[in-house]
Formats: sequence, C-alpha cells, structure tokens
Amino acid sequence: MISTLQKSIFFAMLVASVVMAAFLIRLRNRAEDRLQAQGAAAPAALGESAGNPTRVVTLYVPNDLDDSLTTVERNIPLPVDENAQARVLLENLMEAYRAPGSTHPMNVATGVNDVYFLAAPQGKGQDGTGDGEQMAVVDLNGALAVAQPSGIEPETLTLLSMMVTLHANLPRVTQVHFLVDGQPRETLAGHADLTRTYLAADAERQPGPSGAGGAGR
Amino acid sequence: MRWIEAVALGVAWLAGWAQQTPQPQLPRAPAVPSIPAPVAPVPFQPPRFVVVLDAAHGGSDTGARIGGGILEKDITLGLSARLRSTLHAHGIEVVTTRQADMDLLPVSRAETANRAQGAACLVIHATATGSGVHLFTSSLSATGNARFLAWQTAQSAYVTQSLKLESEIDSALAHAEIPVSLGRASVEPMDSMTCPEVAVEMAPLVGGHVTEARPVTDAGYQKSVVDAVTAALEQWRSDWKQ
Repeated sequence: MISTLQKSIFFAMLVASVVMAAFLIRLRNRAEDRLQAQGAAAPAALGESAGNPTRVVTLYVPNDLDDSLTTVERNIPLPVDENAQARVLLENLMEAYRAPGSTHPMNVATGVNDVYFLAAPQGKGQDGTGDGEQMAVVDLNGALAVAQPSGIEPETLTLLSMMVTLHANLPRVTQVHFLVDGQPRETLAGHADLTRTYLAADAERQPGPSGAGGAGR
Repeated sequence: MRWIEAVALGVAWLAGWAQQTPQPQLPRAPAVPSIPAPVAPVPFQPPRFVVVLDAAHGGSDTGARIGGGILEKDITLGLSARLRSTLHAHGIEVVTTRQADMDLLPVSRAETANRAQGAACLVIHATATGSGVHLFTSSLSATGNARFLAWQTAQSAYVTQSLKLESEIDSALAHAEIPVSLGRASVEPMDSMTCPEVAVEMAPLVGGHVTEARPVTDAGYQKSVVDAVTAALEQWRSDWKQ
C-alpha cells in the first residue's frame, strides 16, 4: 500500500523533472541561437547566415603583380553581431584568395578562427572623434600562416587587405592586432611583423601605387 | 762608560754635520714657461660614405622557398656578395652584416648597421611572388632628429631620407626597365636602423609586353638589378657629398 505522502513526493519529483527538462531545452536553444549569431561554424556559417539581411560590402583583394589592393563589392548576408560580421568579411576575403585566377592565390580553407573586439587603447583619432574606436584582435588559423607565400610583399598585402577591409566595412575598427591559433607570433611567414598593433585607418591612407601600402606603428 | 757616551756624541755630531753640509748643485737651466707641444694640423676628414648590406635570413632561418629547393637565405647572401664586389669596384666602402650562412638576430644586424654609420643601408630579400623588384621603407611615421632614439622606432628619424633613397633606386631600376613596386612595411630589423634604408626584395620577372620571364636565380637578371642599385648608390653618394 502506497502512502499519500509517498504519492505526493513522487508527483512533486515528476513535476520537477519535467520543469528541469524544459529549462535545459530552453538553455540549449538559446546557446544554439547565440552560436549561430556569432557565425561560429564558418565557412558553414556563411550559408547559415543566409537568413540575415544582406548588405553590400567592400572587399580589398590584393594583386601581387602590381602590389595593389583592388576593391570588390559583394552583396552578402551579414549577421547582426559585429564579431560575426568581421569574421564573415574576412572569410569572404579568403574566398577571393582561393578563387581560380586569384591575383593573390592562397590555398586555405579557413583562414580565421575568430575576431574579438576591444576598446582601442589611445582611441582618440586625429580628428579628436575617437569615441567608440575599437581594436580588432584577429585570430588567424595556423593553416593560413602555412599557406601564406613568404615574402615582404605577399605577407604585407595579406595583412593590409584584412585591415583595410575591416576598417572600410566596420569604421569603428581603427586598430588591428593579429594572433595565430590564439598565440602571439613574430611574423606571418617570416617577414611581416605580427608583434605590433597596426593602425587600420593609416593603412588605408598610405600613399603609393597600391593606395594602401603600409601601416603606422 | 764615559768613553761610550763620548763616542755616541761624536757619531751624532758627525751625522748632524753631514746633513748640514750643502750638496754640490749642478747648474740649472733657467725656468721656461711650459708651452704645449705644437699639434700637427689635421686635414679635414669628410665623413665616410659607407653602404651597409644586410642579407636577410641565414642559418636556421631559411626565409622563403623560391622554387626548385632554392632558399631565400642563399639568394640574399649571393646578391649581397655580388653587390659588395660591384660597389667595391666603384670605390664604395661596404659593410655587410653576414658573409656566411649563419644565424643572426635582427638586433645584431641593426647594431652592425648603426655602428657603421651607413650613408645607405640595404636589406636584401627575395621572394617567389610578384614581379620585378619590390622596394620597401619602414612604415614608421617620419619624426625629427632627437638626441636619443627609442630602439624600436629609431628609423623614424631617417624615414624622409629613406624615401629619397628609395626614389633614387626606383629611378635606376626603371631606367634598367625592371618593374618596380614601392611600399611601406614593418619588417625586422628595419625599424631599429639609424640610416637611410630600403628593403630590396627581388621577385621573378613575369613575362609581358616589354619584359621576358626570368627567375630570381637568373644570373643576367641579378646582374641587371645589381648594376641598377650600384648606379643608384653612386648617384646617392654624389647627392650625399653636397
């Protein structure tokens, strides 16, 4: 014979289990939504973000033969989250590197692990309107460093194209720092310095045949 | 014991007499006021015109793979030796950071260049990408001369001169019909050098309307680049003397 007390305890536990299950399912769905928003699974994320509103973005694609950056406009779906936007922009740039007949050929499947934003140190711009300026910390994939052709010109062009593309589409990004697989590294592939923080705005303004020939310290 | 006292007194008296006796003095020359020895006039020494050549990479740092198993470190060393000989033949003094396949820290390279007080410093690189010769100057912003320069940004005081030197080399290479591209870059040890400096990166020649395709290892192509750079440095020397 089951006592009333035991029945009550059983039903109370049953209800608690159902509530907990519902809560866990809700948490799981929210985590999934967040990951999708951050585009955590690029290049698959490029397809997943197809539901996002499309926007015309400008990519700066290097040309090794004349040391220049060529602008390419694309209409692509961009996630709402800024970190995910930066990541999608850079992945599209890598796609341009990989494309047949590329002017900056590089055979790399995924070039960027993630992009983080920090408040830019000494963020006041030259015009004194430095409020909200950001430093993008671009965590490159080790595969990109391996695939990167070695030399001052090709390495500098890779960094410049990423910096200028980020600054052109996300103007608050004024400084860029690069990591490789989450770690600081001396050079990209033996030449271009990765220990420093680059000024993206200066990179865009640099004179020279490329119109974007360098970056300030 | 009186005789002992008498002897002691006698000895003491003799000792006192010997001290008081004037010593014979040699005639002395009259005192002459000291005059500093005449200094031979030093002919005006114009500052030396020294070119510093830094063959990039070396030892375990192989640099780029140019193709066919050829390493950048070997090409830069060969170019440096070739350029050194040609510059010597034109009466230009040369200091090199390395003359063998050895590991060398960027700091040591900059130290050698700064100690030599080079009138021009060339950092020699090679790559398999692009076409022609890529000239790079430091990406630092130009600043005025200061009494003390920070090691990391010492080149900033020389950026204006470096750009002039780059322009000189650009003209000479263009005259030799070698495609040139100019840029700014952040590459060790350029930012720490206290001299007008340019990184000269030699890339293969891509065939075109005017140019014939040639690899970086082509002796004729290398000679054209070395001759053009020598001509530029000769011009730089005559500008520098004025």
